[in-house]
Amino acid sequence: MALLSRKERNLVLDPLTDDNPITVQVLGICSALAITAELKASVVMAVSVIAVLAVGNVVISLLRNVIPNKIRIIVQLVVIAALVILVDLILKAFAFELSKQLSVFIGLIITNCIIMGRFEAFALGNNPWHSFLDGIGNAGGYGLILIIVGFFRELLGFGTLFGYKVLGDPIEKTGLYALGYENNGFMVLSPMALIVIGIIIWVQRIKNKELIED
Amino acid sequence: MSKLTDKNSYTVIFAIIMVVVVGSLLAGVAQTLKGRISENERFEKQQNILYAMGINNNQGATDVAFIPATEVAEKFDTYIKKQVVIQGDQITEDPEAFLIDIKQEASKAKDDPNYQRRLPMFIGEKDGKTLYIVPMRGNGLWDAIWGFMAIDENLRVEGVFFDHAGETPGLGANIKERFFMDPFTGEELMSNGTFRGVTVAKGNNDPRNNRKDDHRVDAIAGSTITGDGVTAMIRRDVAMYIPHIKKLINEQQ
Repeated sequence: MALLSRKERNLVLDPLTDDNPITVQVLGICSALAITAELKASVVMAVSVIAVLAVGNVVISLLRNVIPNKIRIIVQLVVIAALVILVDLILKAFAFELSKQLSVFIGLIITNCIIMGRFEAFALGNNPWHSFLDGIGNAGGYGLILIIVGFFRELLGFGTLFGYKVLGDPIEKTGLYALGYENNGFMVLSPMALIVIGIIIWVQRIKNKELIED
Repeated sequence: MSKLTDKNSYTVIFAIIMVVVVGSLLAGVAQTLKGRISENERFEKQQNILYAMGINNNQGATDVAFIPATEVAEKFDTYIKKQVVIQGDQITEDPEAFLIDIKQEASKAKDDPNYQRRLPMFIGEKDGKTLYIVPMRGNGLWDAIWGFMAIDENLRVEGVFFDHAGETPGLGANIKERFFMDPFTGEELMSNGTFRGVTVAKGNNDPRNNRKDDHRVDAIAGSTITGDGVTAMIRRDVAMYIPHIKKLINEQQ
């Protein structure tokens, strides 16, 4: 595989595991708690953030030598907000149905700390190609956690996955519910997302002791 | 090393250029696409009104499929027999009633107690039944929620459509899903001649929604405030129309 050098491969792969933005860098926690009640919302958010962070990282990286240091955070905010609003406007004009589905996520993307975090920590100091890979990797790592949390919350909270009743019907008492199983209503609420993320962090640190801080 | 980008003058000039460029880019794009966007929004409104009447392309048990935008204007003309505007006691016909911005009307009425709010209503016909479709608008947890309710001649709900600007995905955002909207169909709005509306209720012990005269539908777990917003919206906005709908029904008979 000569497509990506070793360093480049690490840029994409590290954030998926040992340098995960949510469980290790503790970025993007808020949206991971808020919108993971269903798997579908997790997937949409994951895909949107991958697209936005990859493109945003490239733009910031291209501008990195001209952005004044004193107002760099504001510039980053303007870039990301302008990008997202542009995409939203274009979708509204040419793919209205899609824009209806995504509109809820727009605000969540702009205020997502993972985006600003990667601009500040990586794109400002690296070339566009590496920034692009970093964007894909970090947004991918973020999306991975979102999807894991969404999987458990939807399965245990609603007994469904992507809306399909995988455990049977709770009202008609079929499948597992016939045996007396009940959905855990608490899983639907965000505190349980925090607990699920906590468990992921715990498991990850059992497997890799180097991640444990003193 | 002292860099050019650290200078104050550079910072100021950069900020000015950035604001001008980004501002005019966004304004320019918004202006160019304005026509298309408002056209899409008009179609969406017609799709929503038809959906509340039960005119849709739903196939499975869970999908919410509107009449496609290419056909919606034609279908709208076929099914909606009359569009009226109610102002005070006056009911006048207005073929563009669906373009009335009910958010603006509500805020005008709030600012000026003497202002007579214009209430748009759509009178449709489906399978020989006359339906009165009324718009609603209220507040969810994070942002606005709105919708349409189709009411039949017995003041029962024929169908509803809800939408929202920013409710939590997976929770409150599900008010636009079939499992939430479908149970409204058939619910009685009146009880002994007084308006009760439909309450989004927890623990009404009727998840299949077999009881249609209890004025209640099952709430979504984890989205209490959005559900309460739906209840309040129905109580406030639909109530304004009830006397007028009653009058129209009496006139017809």
